[in-house]
This record gives sequence, C-alpha cells and structure tokens, in this order.
Amino acid sequence: MSWTVICAKEDLLPGRGVAALAGPVQIAIFLTPSLSLYAVGNLDPASGACVLSRGILGTRAGTPVVASPMHKHAYDLATGRCLDDERLAVPVYPIRERDGLVEVGL
Amino acid sequence: MTRRLVVIGNGMVGQRMLDELLPGWAVTVLGAEPCRAYDRVRLSAYVDGATAAELSLAAGNDAEFVLGTRVTGIDRDLRMVHTDDGAAYGYDALVLATGARPFVPPVPGADLPGCFEYRTLADLDALRAYAAGKRTGAVIGGGLLGLEAAQALRSLGLTAQIVEYAPHLMPAQLDPAGGALLRRLVEDLGITVHTEVSVTAIRREWDPSCRDSDVRGPLIMEGPGIEVDVVVFAAGVRPRDELARQAGLAVAARGGIHVDALGRTADPAVYAIGDCAAIDGRAYGLIAPGYALAKAVAAQLNGTTPKPATVDTATKLKLLGVDVASFGVTSGPLDVVYSDPAHAVYAKLVLSDDARTLLGGVLVGDASAYPSLRAALGGPPPGKLAELLTTPADIPGSAQVCSCHAVTKDTVAEAVAAGCSDLAGLKACTKAGTGCGSCVPLLKTFLSSSSKALCEHFTQSRQELFDLVRVRRITTFSALVAAHGTGGGCDVCKPAVASILASLGNGHILDGEQAALQDTNDHFLANLQKDGSYSVVPRIPGGEITPDKLITIGEVARDFGLYTKITGGQRIDLFGARVEQLPLIWRRLVDAGFESGHAYGKALRTVKSCVGSTWCRYGVQDSVGLAVELELRYRGLRSPHKIKSAVSGCARECAEARGKDFGVIATENGWNLYLGGNGGFQPRHADLFLTDLSTADLVRYIDRFLMYYIRTADRLQRTSAWLEALDGGLEHLRAVIVDDELGLCAELDAAMAGHVASYADEWRAVLDDPAKLSRFVSFVNAPREPDPSIAFTVERGQPVPAGGPR
Repeated sequence: MSWTVICAKEDLLPGRGVAALAGPVQIAIFLTPSLSLYAVGNLDPASGACVLSRGILGTRAGTPVVASPMHKHAYDLATGRCLDDERLAVPVYPIRERDGLVEVGL
Repeated sequence: MTRRLVVIGNGMVGQRMLDELLPGWAVTVLGAEPCRAYDRVRLSAYVDGATAAELSLAAGNDAEFVLGTRVTGIDRDLRMVHTDDGAAYGYDALVLATGARPFVPPVPGADLPGCFEYRTLADLDALRAYAAGKRTGAVIGGGLLGLEAAQALRSLGLTAQIVEYAPHLMPAQLDPAGGALLRRLVEDLGITVHTEVSVTAIRREWDPSCRDSDVRGPLIMEGPGIEVDVVVFAAGVRPRDELARQAGLAVAARGGIHVDALGRTADPAVYAIGDCAAIDGRAYGLIAPGYALAKAVAAQLNGTTPKPATVDTATKLKLLGVDVASFGVTSGPLDVVYSDPAHAVYAKLVLSDDARTLLGGVLVGDASAYPSLRAALGGPPPGKLAELLTTPADIPGSAQVCSCHAVTKDTVAEAVAAGCSDLAGLKACTKAGTGCGSCVPLLKTFLSSSSKALCEHFTQSRQELFDLVRVRRITTFSALVAAHGTGGGCDVCKPAVASILASLGNGHILDGEQAALQDTNDHFLANLQKDGSYSVVPRIPGGEITPDKLITIGEVARDFGLYTKITGGQRIDLFGARVEQLPLIWRRLVDAGFESGHAYGKALRTVKSCVGSTWCRYGVQDSVGLAVELELRYRGLRSPHKIKSAVSGCARECAEARGKDFGVIATENGWNLYLGGNGGFQPRHADLFLTDLSTADLVRYIDRFLMYYIRTADRLQRTSAWLEALDGGLEHLRAVIVDDELGLCAELDAAMAGHVASYADEWRAVLDDPAKLSRFVSFVNAPREPDPSIAFTVERGQPVPAGGPR
C-alpha cells in the first residue's frame, strides 16, 4: 500500500464529501462535522451510479454513515457495510491527514 | 357507448360502492337526504360537536348526484327509474342502496311532538333544537343504537333512561351476564335502565300552567311508567325495500331485498346492497356486511372477480365509555366464563364440546383480548383459556383489525412498512379505521414505533422543530441538535431542518453550515438522475416563454449535448448535465434572463395555466397573467414538500387546477380558490375553499394557506395529506386564515411579505460567489475531468444514459 495525496484538508467541507479519482478508481472522501476523515468507494452498489460522495453524512445509533443520494441506502463509513441491505458493501480505504494534506492508502 | 349506472341511495354503503367503482360508467346517484353520504355509524359524534363536514364521506366521485329527491318507481322492463320531481333515468345497471328506516313500535302517541327517530343528521338537528332547555329524556331500545342515543341525550344536557323490551341490554350481542355487567356500568353513569318492559302508549297531559304551545308538559310513557321531556326511538331498523317490492323483486320474509352473497337480485341488471338487502334471507343492519356487498357489486360492475360477502356480525365498541365486544355465538356447548365484579370485567368464551374450536365470545369492561380471539374464531383457542380471557395475545397477521373494511393486520403492517407513518396516512391507504372507528386505538399501536419523532436524533415532530427554530431564533443545525436533539443527524433530519431554516429566511441554502445539510439536489441546485448526472429546469412562469428564450434553451441543450423534454408543469427539463457543467450551463441561462426553477427543491414548482381570456374564446379572466404573478410571488418558497399550482381561465379547467396544492379557476366575478389537490400516488381533487375572490383577496388567502401549511405540516407531507389530517379540516383552515380565530393572520402575512421581499435567484447567487462555485467539480483532484461512469447513447435523436432503461 502506498499513500497518495488527494487534496488539501481545507478543500473539504465539514459534513460533506467529495469524489476523487485514483487511476480508474473513484473514491468518496468525507470530513464529518466532528472533523474525522473517511474514504470509501464512490460507486453505490445499490444503484450502480458513482454518487456516494454526494450523500448526506449522519449517524445511526452513533455509527457514522453516509446515505446514498440515490435511494438512501446507508453505508457504515468505518466498515463499508450497508446497514439497509446486508448483501451490499463498499470498499473502505485508509485515510490520513499530513501537513494539511489528505492522503489515501491505495 | 358509455353504460349507465343508477344508484338509488347515497348512504355509507352506496358511497363505498362508488368509491370502489372504476371509470367506465356514467353514474347517476339519487338520494333522498339533501346531502352527500356521511358517517352514520358516528352519528352521536354529531351532537358531541363534530360537524356535518367532518362526518361527510363525500369523495370526488365522478358521478351526477341528484339529492333531496325520492324515487317513486322502477320500471324494470324499460330499465327506467322515476323520481318525485317528474324526472326519469334510464339504466344499464341499477344498484339499490336505499338503506333502512328506524323501527318505531306501533304505539299510540309515537308521533307526538317530543318523539324523535335516530337515523339522520336531520333527526339529530330536530332533536337538538327541541332538547334546548329540556331536562329529561328516554330512549326506547337498549341495543347498540339505543346506547348511542342515550349518549347523545347526555351530550345534549339531558338525563337519560333506557327502556328495553328484552331481559338485558344489547340482547343481540351479549349474554345475560354480560348484559347485567353492562347495565351496572351504564347505571353508574346515572342512566336508569328498564328491562323486560315495553312501552304501550305515549301521551301528554295538558299542563294548564304552561302557555307556550310548544311546551305542553312531559310525555308520559305507559309501560315503564315514566315521565320525560323527550323520547327517542332507537329500537332497531327495518330495510327500505318497498321500491323493490313495487318493482316485483323478491323480498325476505322479515324484510330486505333478496340477494345472494354477490348482491345480485333475480334481475341481472339490478343489485341491492347495505341495510336494504337481505343476504340469503337475512337483513343484518350492520355496516360490515354492507361494505362487503358494496365491494362485491363494484367488482362485478368493474368486470373484475368479485369476492362473495361473508357475514361478520362481530362487534367491538366503546359505548358510554364502556368497552363491549362480541363475536360468533354468545352461548353454546361449552362456556368458559371469567367474571371480576370488583374490576367490572366480564368475559366469556364459547367452545365446541371437545373444547377444540372457538365458537364465539363476549367481553364487557375490557375488550383488549378481542382482536386475537376474533381472529381465532372457528379454529382452536390461541392459548391457555384463563390467559386468553384476561390478556391480549399477539394478534396473528391474518386477523382482521378493521372489520368495517375487512383490513387485516398484515395489510396494516405492510402499509406502515411502506411509509405510512401517521393515522391519516394509514386510513387513506388501507381504509382501516374509516368505518366505525373502533379499531383506531389498535391502529395507533401499530404506528407507535413510527411516532411523531422526526428520526433517532429528534423526538420532536417537524412542526415542533419549526416552532423551536422560529421562537428561539435558531439559525444552525448544530445549535438545534445540541440544544434539542442527540447525535450527529442524518439524511432525514438534516434536510428537514435545512428546509425549516430556509422557510424562515436564513439566506442562501448553500451559505455556511447549511450547505452540508442539503440533499444532493439542493446541494447542486439540480435534479440527480439514475446515472449520477443531473437535470436542469429553468423557471418559465405560467408556462409563458418568448421565442428568444426558447431558442436559448435549445442552443444550450445542443451545445452541452443535453436531452430535452417538456415537463408536466409547462416547462423544459434538460437532462444529462455533469456536475462540473452546471455552472457553465447556468451562466448561459442566467445571462439570457432565466432563473432557477427549483425543480430540485421542496418548494414551489410551477403555476401552470391555460391561455385564458387573452386568446381563448371561452376564457373569462387572464389566467396566464395571474399564474405568472403567483409563480413570481411564491418562487423559492421552501416548504415541507413540493408545491404545485395552476390557474384556469374558465370552468372548463384546462389547466387542471383541481389537481394542485392550490388551484385557481376563473369565474365571471373573479376567482375560485381550491386547496389541497394532488396527483401522484394518492390523487385528490382540491376542495373549493372560497369563491368569486378579487385578485388581492385571492393572493392574501393563498399567502396565509401556504404559510400555515409550512408551519404545521409534517416532513414530506403534501398539502392534500396535511389537509386530510388537519383537525377540523377545511372549516378549521377557514377559521384560521379567513376569520383569524387564532390571531395568526398578521404573522402569516408578515412571513410571506418577508419571503417576497428577500427572494433572490439561487443560481445567480452561486455564479456570483467563487466559494460556492468551487464545489461544482467532478473530482477534487481532477476538477474538469468528466466522470467516466456517465456515458450516453442516442435514442430517437437524443442522448440517453448508455445503460438503457432498467
């Protein structure tokens, strides 16, 4: 695994996500309102569209989740597990901040 | 040719048949009462303060209603129905829904002033008028209806006595012991009960001290030997079958038009349903078998497979505050009785002699075990007998929860799972609870898991949150959730709070923290499509557009490779735009004079119009001019759900205004305002609210309607559902926004004035703000790289998603 710089942390809006391109792979990167970083695959397996970065962040029973903007499937940001359909999951990527830059492990 | 259906009678069952009927018939309804169908089962609520409008069952049926007219004869050879005003109506199918009349025992004096029947709103109006200033009353009949009537007398401020000819109360439903407990509970309320006695005559002695000709001393009831001011006959009903008799149709020995379980008479063109019908020789006078016949006949008229009516005489109700239920038979081979006089509870189960089959039961004082027991009728008892009598078992899914409409627990559970989150929604989508209403408490228990709480982060309803935000002047989600909620929010509460903040005027929806609350449509000010691309809808007020603007839309679509389609709201939708293209597209549109159409928002969408008096030979007002004015006034107004409107220039209604949240139809003298219409999943015609308004008055009432809706509706509740759920309905709305009974109008007017004054085009504001613009990128690390997952193919000359329709 190698760390890839994606963007500056100040490019991110708390409570929101952005999409990033890592070669052919689309990644959704989120900064929670409490300023934690998460990275998951951008493809929503429930709809087949690359839209997870545009979902609303929230918590379900304390677990940070993103709700797909397509049909509201919620994915656990830490595990990638879909909480509304146990057959679905998205890949989860390591993410960190270094010197004000956001890096994803690929 | 369209087939003609004539329905005689517009009571509950006749109305139910109309509600089940599909288009394809030209329907004429002939009713003797002067009003549309109402909820006769809840008649006693009428004296308790419910209005006729609240009891009304009138729906937007596509039928001609000829009311206040009596049918004088049916000619089955010519297939014609004659009425007392000299008219005649031909039919291809005839449904008799003539109902029943109260049974008045043939005793001398039964027609004296002060004696009343208990069947219609008119009966109750007369009773109410006469009872004013009187003190004492008596009811003849100790059955269901008699107890209801006793309740009504008490509501009117009279004392009540009950005279029953059988040995105990509710003889048709209860056994003697259950009847005895019911008597005790009723007498505890101060109602005297006389049983095993019949009234032999009613007379009045002249009271020489009284000069008023209307008040001539008390009525003396011979038999029980009591003196009262008012007598109500509530001793059951008899089928109104005389029209059928005259027409040569067979009637049952004890009255009622002979029908089979599908409501068919011997004449294949004639059906009979409800209280006037006798299924296989017996008339029941109960709503459930009537509804079952109504459904069966509607199915035959619709050409679908009818379900034979099964007769269900099971009853559960609360009379005078006492729970009473009975089902099946009330005595039999093996009775199991539980009686607790200290707690005023009586229960009995009737079993087959091998104790393996439940044949019936009686419950008085506590009927909570009724649903599970009733569901087990005809099968083995669903548990240990001692426990069954005292504790409600889990209700099986196949159990009927609402017996009036034969709705099972499974059906209710499915509706709740599909998103029915309140009683009104549940009633609308399952019909459960819309008959006698006795199952409403049970329905609420199914809803309790989905209570008014917005989501796991807020225990408050949307309305409560709106008031908190408004009164405490809260301007951010984080402040609201910190003070009044828990956790981090979610995709339910964040957009709901964002909408509340926007309704209360907190600047641009992408300002500061608000941006993170918006769902993707509001976040990108465009509509997400299935492939992750967006669609763009510029506002075209009233559907009026210049050729130059049309050309601009065409050029923009061509240059960006967008698919174009005319929408139902008289504007143009441009599909297939990628996130990073949105500001470029809007730069062109804004420069040409367009602004956001808010197709992406829970906000005013469009005010559709017909061409109106400007061009149309029939138009009586300038509908386009008004539509443009209204659309510009309410554009950008954020609300609990989307709002649609239309203005028609004459009664031909080409703009389909009655299908809108607020619709306006021109008259010779001004405008008629209709509220609460909807297309969509639950179509509803808007209700006529006010007539012949000036434009200024019209605008004032629409202002208040919208602001009151925005303040009080649930999240994602359209005005139609809101109005249906509003306590007091249209009358309440009139009291609030016309008569200002809550003193709110000044606030509502000021709120709308604030909206109108602060409106600014959301897209122009984004184009003017580099910080907001910077979010419209495909990838944070490759801002102009088109999303490779969005690809198009060409269909009928236009780009469409490459994946094709799913």
